[in-house]
Amino acid sequence: MTLTEFPGPGLNEEQWGLIRALAVSLTSEQMLWVSGYFAGHDDGARGRTALAGAESGPPGPAPAGARSLTILYASETGNSQALAKDVAEQAKALGLVVQLTDMADYKTRRLKDEQDLLLIASTHGEGDPPQGAADFFEFIEGRKAPRLEQLRFAVLALGDSTYERYCEAGRRLDRRLEELGARRLHPRSDCDVDYEEPAAAWTAAVLPLCAPDGLAGAGRATAAPPAEFALSPGLGVSAAVVSHDKRHPFQAPVVDNFVLTGRGSSKETRHVELSLAGSGLRYEPGDALGLQARNDPAVVEALLDALKLTASATIVGKSGNRPLGQALETDFEVTVATPRFLQQWADVTDAGELKALLGEDRRDARAEFLRGHQVIDIVRAFPARGVAPAALTAGLRPLQPRLYSIASSPLAVDDEAHLTVSTVRFTLHGAPRFGVASGQIAQRLGADDTLPVYVQPNPHFRLPEPERPILLIGAGTGVAPYRGFLQHREAAGATGRSWLLFGERNFRSDFLYQTEWQTLLRDKVLTRMDVAFSRDAAKKHYVQHRLLDCAAEVHAWIEDGASIYVCGDAARLAPDVHDALASIFVSQAGLSREEAEERLRSLARDHRYQRDVY
Amino acid sequence: MDLVAPPHAATDRSRDISQPLDQLGPDETLKAESDQLRGTIALSLLDRITGAVSESDTKLMKFQGIYQQDDRDLRDERRRQKLEPAYQFMVRVRLAGGVCTSEQWLTLDALAREHGGGTLRITTRQTFQFHWVLKDSLRPLIQKLHTVLLDTVSACGDDARGVMCSVDPHLSAVHAEVYDLAKRASDHAIPRMRAYHEIWYGEERVAGSAAEEPFYGRTYMPRKFKIGFVIPPINDIDVYTQDLGFIAITGPDGLEGFNVAIGGGMGRTDQAPSTYPRLADVIGYVPKDQVLTVSDAVMAVQRDFGDRRDRARARFKYTIDDKGLDWIVSEIEARQGFAFAPARPVQFTTNGDAFGWRQGEDGRHHYTLFIEAGRLDNRPDRPLLDGLGEIARAHPGGFRLTPNQNLVIANVAARDRQLIEGLLEGFNLAELNAQGGVRRNAIACVALPTCGLAMAEAERYLPSLLPQIESLLARHGLAEEPITLRISGCPNGCSRPYIAEIGLTGRAPGKYNLYLGGGFHGQRLNKMDLENVGEAAILARLDTVIAHFARERLDGERFGDFAIRAGYVPEVKAGRDFNI
Repeated sequence: MTLTEFPGPGLNEEQWGLIRALAVSLTSEQMLWVSGYFAGHDDGARGRTALAGAESGPPGPAPAGARSLTILYASETGNSQALAKDVAEQAKALGLVVQLTDMADYKTRRLKDEQDLLLIASTHGEGDPPQGAADFFEFIEGRKAPRLEQLRFAVLALGDSTYERYCEAGRRLDRRLEELGARRLHPRSDCDVDYEEPAAAWTAAVLPLCAPDGLAGAGRATAAPPAEFALSPGLGVSAAVVSHDKRHPFQAPVVDNFVLTGRGSSKETRHVELSLAGSGLRYEPGDALGLQARNDPAVVEALLDALKLTASATIVGKSGNRPLGQALETDFEVTVATPRFLQQWADVTDAGELKALLGEDRRDARAEFLRGHQVIDIVRAFPARGVAPAALTAGLRPLQPRLYSIASSPLAVDDEAHLTVSTVRFTLHGAPRFGVASGQIAQRLGADDTLPVYVQPNPHFRLPEPERPILLIGAGTGVAPYRGFLQHREAAGATGRSWLLFGERNFRSDFLYQTEWQTLLRDKVLTRMDVAFSRDAAKKHYVQHRLLDCAAEVHAWIEDGASIYVCGDAARLAPDVHDALASIFVSQAGLSREEAEERLRSLARDHRYQRDVY
Repeated sequence: MDLVAPPHAATDRSRDISQPLDQLGPDETLKAESDQLRGTIALSLLDRITGAVSESDTKLMKFQGIYQQDDRDLRDERRRQKLEPAYQFMVRVRLAGGVCTSEQWLTLDALAREHGGGTLRITTRQTFQFHWVLKDSLRPLIQKLHTVLLDTVSACGDDARGVMCSVDPHLSAVHAEVYDLAKRASDHAIPRMRAYHEIWYGEERVAGSAAEEPFYGRTYMPRKFKIGFVIPPINDIDVYTQDLGFIAITGPDGLEGFNVAIGGGMGRTDQAPSTYPRLADVIGYVPKDQVLTVSDAVMAVQRDFGDRRDRARARFKYTIDDKGLDWIVSEIEARQGFAFAPARPVQFTTNGDAFGWRQGEDGRHHYTLFIEAGRLDNRPDRPLLDGLGEIARAHPGGFRLTPNQNLVIANVAARDRQLIEGLLEGFNLAELNAQGGVRRNAIACVALPTCGLAMAEAERYLPSLLPQIESLLARHGLAEEPITLRISGCPNGCSRPYIAEIGLTGRAPGKYNLYLGGGFHGQRLNKMDLENVGEAAILARLDTVIAHFARERLDGERFGDFAIRAGYVPEVKAGRDFNI
């Protein structure tokens, strides 16, 4: 990059000095990033709309001889999005003109004009695409999908091998694009939760294939104006200044950690306050906090015991040799077993019972077995002698950070972030079991301890304009982001009405943040609240039933422009609430079921129906 | 009784019902504007965000026998958990004279298990209280009570509370007649309350029912009003603590009439010398057919002249002391239209219960069972609810609750005595009566954790305090000596502590005022001996006085009488002297 020899528009002496000092100290990669940062900063100052426009606008004219390149991502928690952004940057660095777009915002009619298309898709739940991508999938898998002979494509699939339909969303795209006549540039790569390395390999292999001359000349990087690196709206300005991320979490001091559920509750839900002071971490209501938890040392010890391995045994890891005990505590999932572990342990022990579970047709039996057996149970039930440490770890997946919706607004709590954490605690084979992160928080967190955290932006769960009514639907810990939303609206003096529908088991013990909602109602920050406590009456009444009880009012709110939010359990709450909303359109607006579904899709497209479900 | 005031002598009317509402205390406005006690109770019951009702509704619901409370043991813990207090309701049944059929008993038992945390409490006014009732359970509970002809109307509030009646089973003919009068007086004094039917039974509002209460009007009484009937020689109802007491006078042909006593009351406020307990004055005799007329006249005088500015001084006892007894009596006589005859002589011997079997004049048998602090529940070693439930199923004769919180299994045929005894044995209940003299004469109010007024423990403290006092007494050879011991968690005095020979009222957790010198049969107030002290100081003081009593008591002398004679406390001759 050529340095400009004169001060730019309106820069004073001091500013110009700073920029020049910075320029000589940066590597070219850093320069690229910094230029992107300033572009994003500028766009951020001009507001989100401008940013969104910058991202999804029509592609500029491609240089002569070059093919157009579009990168589409379908992201639920932000991993695909972050990867896609990274791939886009690398493509830019190769001199490619690239269009980066969220599948949720993509105009499907453009598909027939695309030339090179890279798709990065994560899988949600049992083989579903991320919610925002539902329209895209419906289009491409439907009868209206055009023939795509002109198209070259490659798919990077993200998933979690704990689930049966692993990477299914990416596989569906890969399969369907081929059916439509598109040409596969490179084989699909299926990535588990430790996706970084396979993703990097896929990117390194795919991008050169997109370049017209095979490998793009390094000099062409300068041709790509850095300003085109508009940051995606989700990452926003705040993400650009983050010095802590998933790989470099911030050790956040625990400010408070107590049980919200009252005596006699059938569950335990905790409120955790963390200090982000000095971290540079910023978040918006709706974002999640990633928590890099550690395994329970007792579980690690039990595992080592069962295998007659010592904690000091060495294993070879990405970053060199590590003592096994330490690696098991911080690097691997050692509680919940996956099909991958089942496979590995079947190989190690040659146990017939395990092998019998591996067949493609044994999915249900396998799932049932894994529900009843954690790693420790399997190694105890199917002992193996003289197992090498690597033979154990080969079956384990990397320990993943846990994501928690942030339950606060920085406008209300300054540099703190609050979490609402449900303690996973149950008994299996006569022994108490805990969730990794919630167990750490509930059992092993001392007063002066810290937790390694980073901010995981959630661009698909955002407050609307301050005057727009909001309908907040949540059950259990799903109420967490709404605490942040209402704190935010109160602090910002937002005028829009708000209606919270909350569900839990028992009124007396499980009314999370009860006194806070009461205060918000009294102060008219919260306009209305309805509750459903499923275990207080003989007949179970859930939040979707409450929603239906209030069908006329719910419909009126939506007609008045209310944005709908759903947060909580993905398997039951989300579909049940969805059905309830659809039937409200049927009963209140006289729509057919199909029209009601279309109405909900259209609300989702307008970002007026947002879900944060897990 | 109509509302037209009779001509009465000039008196200061600046604090009574004759004044505009804005000149009176805020509760007067609340009552007046409550739409005859409806308030917003129906709406409060629908509010799912809180287990409580609105603050004004808590006051109105008292008239319907319901007190909002919360589990005070959990209050702080829940506040930190961002949960509201564990709100719940105490529901007090209206049960004139403590008489309860076996069918009613079984319904109460079932409701206690379903809605009341598995416990019922016999109160010092001969009725049942449910505790731990959640807002959503109120309607089902009250509707179920209705099926056995029980309700909770005006069991609390500024109205005539449940009317008490001696239980003495020995005098069966007189008891039957006095109880009948007590029941009629109770039914007569209840406010007409359509609100109750609408809110709890779901009945429709009848148009034009605005002026539905002919006696109480829109502002009811200035404070609660307590009526009781006693049959000498056992003063079990503590007739001198009632606002209006009727003392049965019998002749050769049975019940003839009553001595009338007015102006008793226990409640006081700490550090407020203008408040004090007061014993009722006997103002004369009336024939038995005048009871309801007298009751109306006395209540009307209090309704019209009671202090409605300061609730702490709104009880009838202060009206009498402020206006003068003679003035009040002449006002009553003017309203009832006749003068009282001179009071007849009566003799009381005790205010305690006689335990075990007694036979009535009609040949029926009655078994009085000691119930510690009136608490009915199931404990592993002593399944009281289960046992009494079995007895209720086996025995059609019903029960009576005593004012000392004990229980009479009533009207047992001679041939069924063995059956009852077998059941008592079978459930480990027979041994309850094998208690020492002080335990059998002890009363504790509920206090913590449910009562919002409590400053210290009472019912929950009794089991650890009693053995210590019993061992003091045993050491001095007085284990069987009947001594009245009454403990209240606050100065309001629900356990009638100010007439006990040993009285304790809570000041702070673990701290009590100690009172000595009360009359054994409720005839004399006690006097504060130690103020705001802990257990060690209380026991040390009692050890001194009990030792002295054991050494120097006169033949037949009661502990309370001795405490005065020996100079530990001066005799209190009138309520006004209690604080001096």
